[in-house]
Amino acid sequence: MRSGVIAQKLGMTRVFNDAGEHIPVTVLKLDQCQVVAHRTKDKNGYVALQVGVGKAKVKNVSKAERGHFALAQVEPKRKVAEFRVSEDAVIPVGAEILADHFVAGQFVDVTGTSTGKGFAGGMKRWNFAGLRASHGVSISHRSIGSTGANQDPGRVFKGKKMPGHLGAERVTTQNLQVVQTDPERGLILVAGAVPGVKGGYIYIRDAVKRALPEDAPRPGKFRENGAAAPEAAAEAADAAPVEQNGENA
Amino acid sequence: MNIIEQLEKEQIEKLGKEFPDFDAGDTVIVNVRVREGERTRVQAYEGVCIARNGGGINQSFTVRKISYGEGVERVFPLYSPVIESIKLVRRGKVRRAKLYYLRDRRGKSARIAERVDRNRVSRKDRIAAEKAAAAAAADSTPAAE
Repeated sequence: MRSGVIAQKLGMTRVFNDAGEHIPVTVLKLDQCQVVAHRTKDKNGYVALQVGVGKAKVKNVSKAERGHFALAQVEPKRKVAEFRVSEDAVIPVGAEILADHFVAGQFVDVTGTSTGKGFAGGMKRWNFAGLRASHGVSISHRSIGSTGANQDPGRVFKGKKMPGHLGAERVTTQNLQVVQTDPERGLILVAGAVPGVKGGYIYIRDAVKRALPEDAPRPGKFRENGAAAPEAAAEAADAAPVEQNGENA
Repeated sequence: MNIIEQLEKEQIEKLGKEFPDFDAGDTVIVNVRVREGERTRVQAYEGVCIARNGGGINQSFTVRKISYGEGVERVFPLYSPVIESIKLVRRGKVRRAKLYYLRDRRGKSARIAERVDRNRVSRKDRIAAEKAAAAAAADSTPAAE
């Protein structure tokens, strides 16, 4: 099981493929998605990676958190999350996960916080039909109608669908296809819609219900802390001294 | 420019399509690629453009024609690879951006007068000309000093 990543939803656009069809895509951005810490079998009882993304202002990060980031030699992160991984898919601390961690054509599960819609009525929240437009209906065209029977049972059943708060909850959309990746700019284009607002943080993981393609990098595609870009690494190594090498670099 | 706009611009450049400057009221021939089983051929669809919609890569246009006495409208995404080419046949003189009123008209009243003012430069060309003039002026000023 490979690690997932945290990305930012930028918005949607369309892509034309070779067959002449257009595919609606959501653009997701990886902004310095680095491994911050490990969870190990010995210490924590499970194996996972703590991944952070973005950049937090130092003044807004607590002293304890600052110490935690300093230990990993990474900049303070705006958003941090854990991803369960198998023991052979552990990525070193400080490594930056790149957009080509995912390959075009593979399926991913995307988790986000859906757009908040406030207090919503039965029609919007549960797709109730509402009441009629005429035939004596007065004022209550969008009301929910009856909530139950009569003296027997004499109460409204638990779990009855009623108006209430809608949205702003954790939603996972499964099996979205990756259309293309752009490691230079850290962009992942996923076919279809992704839960959440523009600018919101979302989690991308390999789809649990689809097999991982053979050409997907294992344990993942990443750049170790302090190392230059993979293709430029060879030139940079003798040209300029690499600053602040990570322990695994 | 944000990343979405940039991606769209890159894709437009990649598709590398050239179109005549046409608008609502113009008669156009759209050469459409049609797939029949294995092979593809090009089919011409001629009619009046009654609307242009959207911006950037999401642009589309609607072409209306009368086929066997029945009005037919087709919406094409401007940058779709299905479109092989677009040919401008005739410019129309209209006072609306969307010519949806043509749907209620038949025969004589559904005609559109031809626009004949050839001296007038299209907006696109005018902007290009102004830019070129400005660039030429900018070039000559430092040289004069």
